[in-house]
Parts: sequence; C-alpha cells; structure tokens
Amino acid sequence: MANIPTELRYTKSHEWLKTEGGLSVIGLTQFAVDALGDIVFIGLPEVGDEVKAGASFADVESVKAVSDVFSPVSGKVVEVNEELPDSPEKLNEDPYGAWLIKVEAAGESEELLDAAAYEKVCAEEEA
Amino acid sequence: MKLLFELSRTGRGQDLLPLSDVPACEFGGELLRQAPPRLPEISEVDLERHYTELAKQTHGVNDGFYPLGSCTMKYNPHINEDMAALNGFTGIHPLQDENSAQGCLEVMYRTEQLLNEITGMDAMTFQPAAGAHGEYTGLMLIRAYHLSRNDTARTKIIVPDSAHGTNPASAAMAGFTVVSVPSNAQGGVDLEALKAAAGSDTAGLMLTNPNTLGLFDPNILEITRIVHEAGGLNYYDGANLNAVMGHVRPGDMGFDCVHLNLHKTFSTPHGGGGPGSGPVGCKKFLDEFLPEPRVVRDEGGALRFACPEHTLGKVRSFYGNFLVAVRALTYITVLGKEGIPEASETAVLNANYMMHKLKGHYDVAYDAACMHEFVLTLEKLKQETGVSAMDAAKRLLDFGMHPPTMYFPLIVHEALMIEPTETESRETLDRAVQVFLDILEEAKTDPEKLHEAPHTCPIGRPDEVGAARNPVLKYEFA
Amino acid sequence: MGSYLPSTHSERREMLREIGLDSFEELYRDVPESVRLKSLSIPEGVSEMEAAAQISALADKNTRYRTIFRGAGAYDHYIPAIVKSVTSKEEFLTAYTPYQAEISQGVLQSIFEYQTQICELTGMDVSNASVYDGAVAAAEAALMCQERKKTGVILPDTVDPQVIEVVKTYCGSRSVPVTVLKTKDHALDADTLKAALTPETACVYVQSPNFYGVIEDTTALAEAAHLSQARFIMAANPISLGLLKTPGECGADIAVGEGQPLGMPLSFGGPYLGYMACKKELMRKLPGRIVGETSDKNGARCYVLTLQAREQHIRREKASSNICSNEALCAMTASVYLAAMGPEGLRRAARNSADHAHYLAERLNGLKGFELKSDKPFFNEFLTACPVDPALLQAHLDKEGILGPLPVEGGLLWCCTEKNTKDKIDRLVEIVKEAAGE
Repeated sequence: MANIPTELRYTKSHEWLKTEGGLSVIGLTQFAVDALGDIVFIGLPEVGDEVKAGASFADVESVKAVSDVFSPVSGKVVEVNEELPDSPEKLNEDPYGAWLIKVEAAGESEELLDAAAYEKVCAEEEA
Repeated sequence: MKLLFELSRTGRGQDLLPLSDVPACEFGGELLRQAPPRLPEISEVDLERHYTELAKQTHGVNDGFYPLGSCTMKYNPHINEDMAALNGFTGIHPLQDENSAQGCLEVMYRTEQLLNEITGMDAMTFQPAAGAHGEYTGLMLIRAYHLSRNDTARTKIIVPDSAHGTNPASAAMAGFTVVSVPSNAQGGVDLEALKAAAGSDTAGLMLTNPNTLGLFDPNILEITRIVHEAGGLNYYDGANLNAVMGHVRPGDMGFDCVHLNLHKTFSTPHGGGGPGSGPVGCKKFLDEFLPEPRVVRDEGGALRFACPEHTLGKVRSFYGNFLVAVRALTYITVLGKEGIPEASETAVLNANYMMHKLKGHYDVAYDAACMHEFVLTLEKLKQETGVSAMDAAKRLLDFGMHPPTMYFPLIVHEALMIEPTETESRETLDRAVQVFLDILEEAKTDPEKLHEAPHTCPIGRPDEVGAARNPVLKYEFA
Repeated sequence: MGSYLPSTHSERREMLREIGLDSFEELYRDVPESVRLKSLSIPEGVSEMEAAAQISALADKNTRYRTIFRGAGAYDHYIPAIVKSVTSKEEFLTAYTPYQAEISQGVLQSIFEYQTQICELTGMDVSNASVYDGAVAAAEAALMCQERKKTGVILPDTVDPQVIEVVKTYCGSRSVPVTVLKTKDHALDADTLKAALTPETACVYVQSPNFYGVIEDTTALAEAAHLSQARFIMAANPISLGLLKTPGECGADIAVGEGQPLGMPLSFGGPYLGYMACKKELMRKLPGRIVGETSDKNGARCYVLTLQAREQHIRREKASSNICSNEALCAMTASVYLAAMGPEGLRRAARNSADHAHYLAERLNGLKGFELKSDKPFFNEFLTACPVDPALLQAHLDKEGILGPLPVEGGLLWCCTEKNTKDKIDRLVEIVKEAAGE
C-alpha cells in the first residue's frame, strides 16, 4: 500500500494539499505516481496563472501514459517547483517532497479527504 | 552501429551531377547560407553497405510471421511494386493537363469503383494519406453535412472505449467533442449507454466493426439505427475491413462514410511507417462535400477532375498517395470477385484456428468466436508468475516472430492482440502456437529468462525512460 | 483468379473442421442475415501476367514528358540510382512502424539520421519523422502555434494555393482564424505584414522561395512576427537550402516544406514527404513520431520512438494531432538522397537549378511578350507574361515531349532543375518563339 501521510489532505483524483505560510501547496500522491510509473516530463503552469478548483493545471507524462493534474483549490499560482521539469524523477523518488505549485487560494475548493478516507479511495481503485 | 555522420570523411563522395553548363547567377550574400549543411561525405559502396547493415537490423513481413493486431501485416505481392514503379506512373507531373494523364485518372476512377462496391459506398476521395488522415476527412464530411443543414448543435462524436486512439484524436481535430461509450460484457457497444449518449447534439458515431477485440458486433444494425434516429451519421473505421470484405459491407450495415487503409487491407507495404493511403468513401448524399478534386467521366468518355459543389476543401496537396492506389488496384485486379471474399474468410479462419489452439492455455479476453484477430489477456499469468505481456512479446522476438500488438485495446489488461492474416500457412500458425506454448512453459519454470528477453536481437531492451527524460533527437557533431 | 493464400482449399476445410465448424459461412455467424453479401459485383480475378498487362496499359495511356519545365510544388530532379536500390530493400519496405525497437534498429536509426539531416538543412534543433506532405506540414505547424490567448494564422497569397487550402481546412475545423494577405509584386513586404498582425496572431507562415519562385525577405518578416510575439513558420524547397539562407538563419521558429525534391519521383502527386522541424522550446508541441537515442540494458547505443506521450495513442482526444502512419519510407528516401549527394552534390543541384532558371529567364525576357513579372530575386521558378494561348504553346511543346510552364493567374510559371540543361533550354526557347509567331 502506498504511503499516505496523515498530515496532508487529498482529492479523489490523487492530488495532495497542505497549507504553508498562508499558501496552498499542491502535489501528486504516491499512489498516482506509482500508477504512472517512471515520470519523464511534467508540464507546469506559469507563476501568475489562475487555477480553478477541479480543473487541470498540469500534466505528467510517463513513457506509456499521460495524466492531468487537477487543482483542489481556485486561486493564483505564486510559485512553481522549477526543479521538476529538469528532474522529473524527483516525483518518483519523493512525491510528498516534490510539490508542483503553490497557490494563493481564493475561496472555493474541491471536496478534500483526510488520509483515512483517501486510503479507502485507493483501495477501491486497486480492487 | 555507426551513423552516416560518423562514416563521413572530408572529400569523399559521389559524382552524381555535372557542374552547371550556363553562367552562374548572382545571389546577394544576404540571401546565402553561412555554411554548407553537414551532410555526410560517403562513397557509394560504403553507403550501400550502411543500409544493407541497417536492413539486417529490421524485421519486415518478408522476414517472418508478423501477427501485429489491427495492422493487417499481410504479404505484399511483388507485382504491386512493379506496377507502382512503371515510368508511365512515376514520371507523370501532377499538374499535367488531364488529357495527358488519362491513365492516372483511370487508376483513380477504377480503384474508386472497385472500392465503392467492396464498401457499399457511392463516391470516394484518395486525398487522405493514411488512416488517421482518412478519419479526419470523414469527420469533416459529417461536419459539413450538419452545417449545410444549419444544424450547428451537433458537436459531439460518440466513440466506444475500445476504439483506436486516432478516433478520439481525429474527432477533436475536426472540432468535435468526444463522448466515450463503454463496451458491454460481450465486448460490443453497450446499447443502453449508446441510447443515453445519442441525442440532438450527436454529430455521429465512429465505429470499428469488427472492433479492436476482434469481435463483430451482432447488434450492428441496432447501433447504426440508434444514431440515425438521433439525427447523427455513422462513420466506419476501416482498420479491420480485412475481416469482412465480400461478406458484408459498411454501406449495408448503416454506415454513411468510411475510410480504408490501403496499406493494411489492400496489401500495399507499410514502409516502416508509411506511406499509406486512407481513401474515404461516402454515400451519395455526402458526395457534394468531398475534398476537391474528384475524378469524373465527361460526356465524351474522357476522365476529368471536378470540384464537388460544396467541397470541404483540401486535406492534402494534389490527389493523395497515388502510387499506393496503383498497388491496391493491382491487388484487387488479381484477386477479383472470388479472391477478395476468400482472403477475408481465410483471415478469419486463421485467427480462429490460432485462438482455438491457444485457448485453454492462455486466457482469451472475450471467449467468443473471433473475426480476423483476437485478444489474449496475460493478467492471470502475470499474477502467478510475474511474466507480463511485454515479457512474452519480447521473448517472441527470439523466435523470429514479430510480437502481437501489446497493451491494446486499453480495456483489456496485459493484452496481446493477434492478427495472423490470410497469407500465412497452417505450418506457420502451428509453429507460432508452439512458440506461445513454449513461452508459457518458460514463464512457469524460468520467468527470469522472459524478464530479460530478448536474447538474440541486435540490441537488448532499450532504456525508454532515459530517452524521454533526456531527449537526444539528432546527432551532435563534434 | 489470382490469390496469395498459401493454404489450399482442402487444408482450409481441415482447419475449419478442427475448430468445430462445417462451413465457411459459420465464420460470419455474428453478421445479421439481412446484410450478408451474396456476391461482390466486381470483375473476376486474373493471373499476374494479365494484371500486369492491364495496369501497364493504363501507364501507357499517360504522356510521359522527357523534359519538364513545370514545378509549382512537384519537381523533376535527378534521382541517384542508389536511392531506389536502398528503399526497395524488402526489410524496409515490408516493416511496420518501429514499435519493437529490438528488431527495428534499421528503421529507427535511419529516421534518426533523417532527423539530423533535416535539422542541418533547416538550421533547426528538432525534426519529427515526417508528415504526409508539405501542405499538411504547414497546417500542422500552424496548429502547433495556437494557444489559448493567441489564436490565428497569417499567410500571404504568395504561398502555394494548395497549401493555403489545406491550412484553411485544418484551421477551420479548430476555429482558428486564417488571414490571407494580398501582396504586390509577388512578395510580402514587412509593412503589409505589420499592419495585419494583431496581439492575438499566433503565427505567420511564409514560403520562400514562394509559389512564384521569389525569395521573400524572410529575415524582416520574421522580425515583424516576433515583434508581435507571433511565431514565424518558414517553408522552403529543401533543394534551395543547399545554397540559400536557412529558416534558422532567417529567424524561423518552425521550418516545414515539401520533401519531394529529395529523391522522390513526380508520381502524379504522391507519395510525397512533409518535413517538419522546430526550435527546441517547441519540441513537445511537434506532432508525429520522433526517434531518440538511448542505450540498451547492456549500455549499447540504440534508438527508440520517444516523447510518445504527445501522441494520439496515449493522449487520445487531447493529442495535438491525430497523425499515426507517416511517410517513413519517403523520409528514408530523402535521407539516402542527401547522403548520396553530400554537401557538394546538394550545392550542385541547387546551383544548377538556379543557374538554369536564370538563363531561361534571360532568354525569355528577350522575347516579345514573355517579360519577367517581377524584378525580385528568385530561385528556380519565375513568372512571365504570356502573349499566346497557353494551350497552343503546350501543343507546340507536346510535339517534342516537353512539358511547358504552368499557366497561372498573371502569366506562366516556369521551372528549371539540374535536368534542364542548356541545350534543352535553347531548344525550348526556339519552340516558344515558333509558337509566339516570331
């Protein structure tokens, strides 16, 4: 079973979220990363772009698959993880350290799950 | 193996062209390139040996069994090549006057008549250069039809989840939104889901029948009726036509337009990925929208180019991959009215024969009589032995066989899709079956050998992840 | 009837019995009875000899011109003997797309070599493995440049009319506005372009040498496009790049074109080859197959299809293009051609073509009524006035097996290659004189 840290919150579409210094930090869960396999490319938005809750803001490619990443919150991108495009393997190595973007959230958000609820989502998908 | 650029030595080369025999024209320096392109400088003998060596590292249909599902890798008769190489075809300029190219126009006209009869269509264009290009063109016909009726609300194309990836991609290119419908337990279209999806926003349905599972959908008439009653049109993806030629026609099953893959069904070679040809046929009520020009016979009996009244425009320059049509015409001429259906029924027989022999050893994704291809699922084998579809496929290489299509259709896990085609003998099929059974045995006794396969090819498994993470897409000159 | 089935009828009957069936019809039991075809209404099959006679008779109906002074998108260049020899090798001819790298290194390496040569010719960083033809390459390039906030393509009327048509079709279905600029003197000037550019313009497409043979002022045009944050796409006859400034040197972001002149016969319009190359930053937007270098598990250098997540088989409706099969064997043709010619051979092809065209232009310019329509620099095609009925002129040329210029709006479009040698040009001019009644 994939690692699911209890201090984070999750979406059904396998993003994780934490709040840090007033910003929403968003990444992909280990479950999602493992399903994709070796990540070869990450397409990230630019600082200043608006993201919308439930809408795709990035895509992640492995050799044989591609997956959209959906934002759990609406708001403005204030920082992107510049390391990732050059070292996509970091996402495989440490999905909870390799955040994708930091967002200045403005209100609405997707339904967020705690670790226990998210674990159930993963278990169902695996079955 | 060395690259062309690594074989290059300054000053070597071939004397192919004379020096100019007229005064040199002057170009201002600002018009000229700074340095010549670093093309290789190689003698003819070294160049020939380079490619002979590359050929040895390439597996074609002529090298051995090629049961690559959905690709119809049948034998490519030599006479097709001879005909396509005739100077009377290769030396004809596409912008010659029609009167001086009547033979070319007749190739197109005759091939159109024959393919119309085989598909049950009324008109055809040869402009599309490949299957996906044909899909796009067919969808543009559907779009033009709805727009001509001011029916602007029809923005959606229904595509089953078992479809080739080109289907949804083509629909998106033609400006449509894709609605995916699931397959039912028998592998066919889920009729209830189709009924729910079809409506006043439906532009059409794209369907491959037999589908990518190798199954002929017995509800086909019901399917096309549902779409027609919703006001949509039916598009037939001809990727699998090799199963049904001369036995049932898309036009009789309720399809309004169709594309064919001449490089699959009509025995023209695939050339390592093209050139192909993806002619699009349609019913009479759509012919006014076909790309221009079309070939028509005038009152005097001569063939002419004509522009359909409400043409959707052009999708390629000139008239498509003409020489591919020459090959297809040659093939149909040889086979004729008995040979065409016989080719299809033998393709179906060969697939069923192989499936019959493998069943009970391997799991068949849908346990039903198949058409020209069938799909195995190695999911259970993988759970039990760790051997994946990829491992089995790579091991086949060691036995001189091209592997089946892997991991497709997407709705089957650990899929291997096998299409033997009609041009394989019983001995070839028997031997292939034996190889499959041997690999099964190996999976149980020596799975490591399969994980490490292939063992006898020019290279071992390549690092695809490395290739994609750090793309090196051309030779870096020193 | 001919057939390519290795098994005999009785063998097939046996196989049928073995799978538990009595008749071939049973193989089609899922096909509804009402639509089963009784019989195909096409002629009966024939032997190979008869088929060869039938098809050859069609080839014989065509007029094959010994000398061709017509281009306009299809060019009669000399094809080195080795080209056909290599591309007829049955392994290359009968292979499918190189999905299985372990047994496809030949095709993969040749595409990698082709990509390198196209980058060298064009001055670009990345090339794909080809698309269907030059017109589709143009359309795909225009679509590559479209972004959410910048959508629209501008191209001048000096582009090959067929290319304009195909760009319109492809862009039309994606709701991308296409603006065709009217030009004076058969070339686009930078001021006209600047006036047409808007902040929304995604790209500008220019062909040089253009449809009328004129070498456009591409550097100034690229600058104008970039000032407006639009991409610049440049199309060039690849032979001209043996001599003329590369798209890279002109400032292009994407280079495309019709690759037919690189060793492909005229073939009544196809198979041809669309080449497509771009700057590194656009790499992931480039459609079609791309081959990359990597190593196998033993560390040996090898080649694979790569960056596949861009493509339709993975991205489905979100793919930027639906292309699957391309023109692989034509790409190999181009690659063998370029390797055989080498830098000096390609330079000669370009030189001879340009020199012959300029010599012919000068001779024609001396005839009454055949004045050159533009004083701008040109490569191997040019437009002249036409004082006679073009059909009458061609009727005169027909007698000597010459295909003359293409009648277009505004005059006659002439073309020369290295094959149009001085003696052929001199003879042509004699006949033109006769036809014009001089």
